Amino acid sequence: MIRAAPASAGLLAGEARAAALARLVRALELVLVPAAALLLAAGLFALFLLALGRSPGQFFELVWRGAFASFFSWQNTLQRAAPLILAALCVALPARAGLLVIGGEGALVLGGFTAAAIAIPFLGLLPAPLLLLLMALVATATGAAWIGFAGWLRQARGVNETIATLLLTYIAIATMNFFVEGPLRDPASANKPSTLPIGRETMIGPIPGTEVHWGLAAGLFACFAAWILATRTTTGFALSVVGGNARAALAQGLPVGRLVLLATGLGGAAAGLAGFFEVAAIHGQANASLAAGYGFTAILVSFLARHHPLAIPPVAILFGGLAAAGGLVQRRMGLPDATMLVLQGILFVTLLAAETLRGRLPLSGLAGTSGGSPAR
Amino acid sequence: MSTALAAALATAAHRGAAAALRAPKLEVAGMSKRFGSLQALDKVDLLVRPGTVHALLGENGAGKSTLVKCIMGFYRADEGSVVLDDREVAIASPRDARALGIGMVYQHFTLVPSLTGAENLVIARADTPLVIDWRRERERLEAFLARMPLQVPLDRRAGELAAGEKQKLELLKLLYLDQRFLILDEPTSVLTPDEALEVLGFVRRMAREGAVSVLLITHKFREVQAFADEVTILRRGRRVGGGAVGELSTDTMAALMVGERQTAPGSRGDRAPGPPGPVALELAGLVAEGDRGALALDGVNLEVRAREIVGVAGVSGNGQKELVECLFGQRPLRDGRIFVKGEPFEPTREAFARFALRGLPEQPLENAAVRRLTVAENLALRSFDRPPLARGIWLDRKAIRARAKELIERYRIRPPDPDTPLEFLSGGNVQRTVLARELSEPVEVLVVANPCFGLDFASTADIRAEILAQRDRGAAVLLISEDLDEILELADRILVLSAGKIVHAVERAAADRTAIGRHMAGH
Repeated sequence: MIRAAPASAGLLAGEARAAALARLVRALELVLVPAAALLLAAGLFALFLLALGRSPGQFFELVWRGAFASFFSWQNTLQRAAPLILAALCVALPARAGLLVIGGEGALVLGGFTAAAIAIPFLGLLPAPLLLLLMALVATATGAAWIGFAGWLRQARGVNETIATLLLTYIAIATMNFFVEGPLRDPASANKPSTLPIGRETMIGPIPGTEVHWGLAAGLFACFAAWILATRTTTGFALSVVGGNARAALAQGLPVGRLVLLATGLGGAAAGLAGFFEVAAIHGQANASLAAGYGFTAILVSFLARHHPLAIPPVAILFGGLAAAGGLVQRRMGLPDATMLVLQGILFVTLLAAETLRGRLPLSGLAGTSGGSPAR
Repeated sequence: MSTALAAALATAAHRGAAAALRAPKLEVAGMSKRFGSLQALDKVDLLVRPGTVHALLGENGAGKSTLVKCIMGFYRADEGSVVLDDREVAIASPRDARALGIGMVYQHFTLVPSLTGAENLVIARADTPLVIDWRRERERLEAFLARMPLQVPLDRRAGELAAGEKQKLELLKLLYLDQRFLILDEPTSVLTPDEALEVLGFVRRMAREGAVSVLLITHKFREVQAFADEVTILRRGRRVGGGAVGELSTDTMAALMVGERQTAPGSRGDRAPGPPGPVALELAGLVAEGDRGALALDGVNLEVRAREIVGVAGVSGNGQKELVECLFGQRPLRDGRIFVKGEPFEPTREAFARFALRGLPEQPLENAAVRRLTVAENLALRSFDRPPLARGIWLDRKAIRARAKELIERYRIRPPDPDTPLEFLSGGNVQRTVLARELSEPVEVLVVANPCFGLDFASTADIRAEILAQRDRGAAVLLISEDLDEILELADRILVLSAGKIVHAVERAAADRTAIGRHMAGH
């Protein structure tokens, strides 16, 4: 990412070198600021634990053990990271076009539900691969339409996409509940209303040699594809123009509305796909477990990754690890379920607060005035 | 702290005897203010006699705002003094001004939209108590309003009031706060003519009764003639004239405001190398709404020929911004058509490329560039999706950087590094980046809006030379500028845009600053 400035000829070389140094400093900041936020969050959370009379040391050790210490815990972690990776793209892709979408949960839930619902009439009629393909297509299309609708509302009607996607999430969950508890309920699901199971033989197996499902591979591939789209294609470039300055994009004749629809549609498709994997690889049917909050944690993931597609998987794995360790922490330390949410909340707040530090760290002084005074 | 306390005490002490307050006299002596290389104010004198309405007249950038901001304590003047009722006062902040009874009504409203009129008046007090006794406040307010010849609904939320009512509420607020020297900054710019009449009539009446003295910033001669007693005219930061309104004709004021021609006619060495070509850009009956929903463009017709610069002069807020936005697709047209070389033009990417229509909009960081993207990326905005910068759907990053390096060198953009985000460049270099992008390929139609606003002399000279060069190469140039000197220097034909219409058209050779100034001011 950081390339040394090529030595341009003549008197400008010095100036170019100074500009390259300034760039290096900014890149350093890109890493240092979130890292500092993570440390601060860890410190604050330690205080929280101390106030509860628990040992922070034990907590961090348990998280390490539960999330990353063994092959088993790694599998657990990756299993949980998979939907986070896909759902985080539902924040990161619209963010490239300057939209703040926080309703990936709705697209995930509805994608999972429609995947399960479309499978019902074809159970036993279609071979498993074909049925899975159909389910995946329906799930992505549903997710794309759901978030794309919010994008359309924003372009055509000026509705704030953040609020719209948040509220659409409630509608999505309620819609699923309506069908799962009503018309599409499997009579055999007595305690937990669910749709008809698609059956073990149809469900996606794990990646060979592991217990991690293929959703992880799909997520990694989707992030890579998103990165290629964003940085290597003309469409990705156009998206970053729209996201950086929509007025300038209009003045350049870019089809801003279409680009916003594309970004929201692709993001929704990724979240829908996450829902598909939850149904096809984990639950085998649609029920309230689909709304497990992955879509909301994914907002945090995308922000911490600064909406960079390649930074999403490692951050998602970090959060997957926290979730995986949750059970262990709960049992060993007698801490309630919500403890992990407290940690997530602290992380989010410190992260947003740290953003204001950008450009103000003392190390900016290194760059001197080489970049000229910022244009304001 | 002590100033605030003093202010609170003063206001409280005065409240009982509000009716007895007299209109103050305010004198400004030798006030100067410099911003970098720009002398915004140059030894300006001003005398506002008690109980009068004093108009401050001048073009945009003449120094009116700087002067009142110095009086209000937003800026600290480099030299000069403010004398209030024969006592020199030091005003270091708007708080000090308020304690001295100097209040200002801004162009934009400062009311809290979700509060009622009454609530807005009460919370504006410097001594608002922690717990508000609304019944007592209400009685006090009603007693106050009973003395006022102007009524506004106190129970409706400020956000629901019409612009004129809001403006009246702003005025009442100042009076309620016992501010007796009122500075009104273009108070009628958002009002209908009837509302303007009522508001200014009220102000004049209050002055006549000896309750207030008023400094009225405006560039409408009509308002000066009808409501002001005296006038001071600024131009380029200097006081260039003034006196009793009755003794100055509109023509005289217009001439003073726009200044004398600084270069003799025809002295410009760079006339177009030949006669203008065929019509390249035609605007036919453009109608568009402004941000507030009122008509900002009301049937604009104009033609620009190849090898010709048409300058559109006008006071800011008369539709210039909207005109440029319509041309660049940032604002929908309600009616009318745009033609380029006789063909209908829609602001799509294909059309911009096909007709080679390029632009230098005002405030490039708002309209023409992306802060977060690098210089190289900003230089590629026009052509990133065409060869040689793209192959099919794939960007050629190498080609983008190579091209950027070439343009950076040719247009002397600093720092000479294609990978620096644009936000780290100075204003002049941002404008150079946009210029390099827009003008490095052949241009047939060029739309330019306030291209040199806020730039230093070197950048200004570069950019003007580039605009002339484009004209000489055969481009049709539409130059929209609030700087009349710029238009007189560059344009071959001059139009005046006023209230969304072209109200005046003149060839450069026959251009008369006084006439242009009068049309600009809405005469």
